[in-house]
Amino acid sequence: MINVRNLVKDYGPIRAVDDVTFDVRKGDILGFLGPNGAGKSTTMKMITGFLPPTSGRTEIAGIDVAERPREAKRHIGYLPESGPLYPEMTVIEFLRFIAEMRGLSGAKAAAALDRAIELCHLRAVRHQPIETLSKGFRQRVGMAQAVMHDPPCLILDEPTDGLDPNQKQEVRRLIASMAKEKAIILSTHILEEVEAMCNRVIIIAAGRILVNETPADLLRRHPNYGAVELELAHGDTGNLRNTVKDLDGVASVESLNGKLLIRPKNQTDLKSLLWNRALAEKWPMKSLEPANLRLEDVFRNLTQKDGESIEERTPPAAREKGQTAA
Amino acid sequence: MKETVTLFKREFMGYFRSPVAYVFLAVFLVGAMGLPWFLGGFFESNDASLRPFFLFLPWIFLFLVPAVGMRLWSEEKRSGTWELLFTLPIGIWQAVAGKFLAGWAFVSLAIILTLTMPITIAYLGSPDWGPVFSGYVGSILMAGAFLGICSAVSALTRNQVISFVVSLIICLALVLLGWSAFNELMLALNLPVWLVDALANFSFVTHFEGMVAGLIRLRDVVFFASIIAFSLAITVLILER
Repeated sequence: MINVRNLVKDYGPIRAVDDVTFDVRKGDILGFLGPNGAGKSTTMKMITGFLPPTSGRTEIAGIDVAERPREAKRHIGYLPESGPLYPEMTVIEFLRFIAEMRGLSGAKAAAALDRAIELCHLRAVRHQPIETLSKGFRQRVGMAQAVMHDPPCLILDEPTDGLDPNQKQEVRRLIASMAKEKAIILSTHILEEVEAMCNRVIIIAAGRILVNETPADLLRRHPNYGAVELELAHGDTGNLRNTVKDLDGVASVESLNGKLLIRPKNQTDLKSLLWNRALAEKWPMKSLEPANLRLEDVFRNLTQKDGESIEERTPPAAREKGQTAA
Repeated sequence: MKETVTLFKREFMGYFRSPVAYVFLAVFLVGAMGLPWFLGGFFESNDASLRPFFLFLPWIFLFLVPAVGMRLWSEEKRSGTWELLFTLPIGIWQAVAGKFLAGWAFVSLAIILTLTMPITIAYLGSPDWGPVFSGYVGSILMAGAFLGICSAVSALTRNQVISFVVSLIICLALVLLGWSAFNELMLALNLPVWLVDALANFSFVTHFEGMVAGLIRLRDVVFFASIIAFSLAITVLILER
């Protein structure tokens, strides 16, 4: 549905987006991850046709965005970063304006308006000026304008940014409810969001795609993938450490807060191996659990080099162009 | 085309959603009618014509049209809404035209509200309606040319103050070029007459004066129309970057 080929964006001598290529199919929710200034928003702006790429091309439902921009834009719903809206309009005025701009009129417009208001739970505030709304409601107004024309492609730049946990949950539910029918790209800083919603993850840093895979595959890159944590009843794991270390299938053992962190070799199933051993040798075992795998660690490993984060490279010129070109 | 109309409606109504419109209308009406009365000897001249009224207009436009035009694109850029606008299926030309026409309609409304002046004159005496009509046509055309320049300038910056000041300076230059005192100064500096004439021909005032006198000449209309078209084309180029 969305085909991105070799997108490049230069701001003067600085390359903000460097040869980005990927596809999103119907039913996909693609999570776009990366440090601030990595090129996420710039890439999204190019896909929506707002920003012309230096080179490369994007096709939306088979339509080239650069060649037939207006037609391509009909197939896209876009939520820009930090949800810019016309503050002096009321919710209903604003959404009516969007519907009309989207070429909807009469009964069709009324139905679309109703659907968007229902979907985003805006009925209670529909006659309020947007500037009087809370951040959560504004974000929902942004979502409502993006889904107004029921587009096959949704591009959402940080849809849950600045929302409280309940509102985040609400927006996630909304996105998930539309997932089957659409191709969705969303950018976020929240990794649990990616784990919870996305079936594909792209990590981008310094304008380049580092990783394009499923969240499960991404988790495999964790240094503790397949590792277990073992805790003994008396807390002293000193003696056991060497025993475990010599076991076949154990790559390394580490002491961590009175527990042993055991990493596997060749994808050995450590849990059953250690259980059997513990039962046979009567270890005073208190717990044996899979190590806590956090996507954040993977993210940090991938996007940091030599302990330094890959620096923000978006120049001031880029900001002028697109609010905060991240 | 339909999108242009939709945008026009939103923009035009937008002026009245904020108090800015009412402040503008009040200041404009007080200025446009007050200056000829108190400075222009409108009443004392004992002449049933709107000439003093029209001759002050370029100077009032100079300050007030940039006040309307400064936000045309600057505001959209600052708040990021132009990202929203240009991801809707609307061409840049259509968006530029829609916003410009809305602003022009708003300024024209302000001009039309000064029709109380000719009504007053008609009550006091018997004015020649020809120059009144052509003067109003000229005023609206000239306001459009001012606004076109403001549109181009406001597309350049997200800062409304910069937008206002730069627009004002450009418009001031275009007014001054045709001001007789300024032309005499240029002649006194030994500039060749043809150059002074050519420069004066670029002035809004030169082309406006004919209309105040009652002449709607094609070249004056073409002048204002081409200033509008040219500045909107520049706006499009800037926004396309």
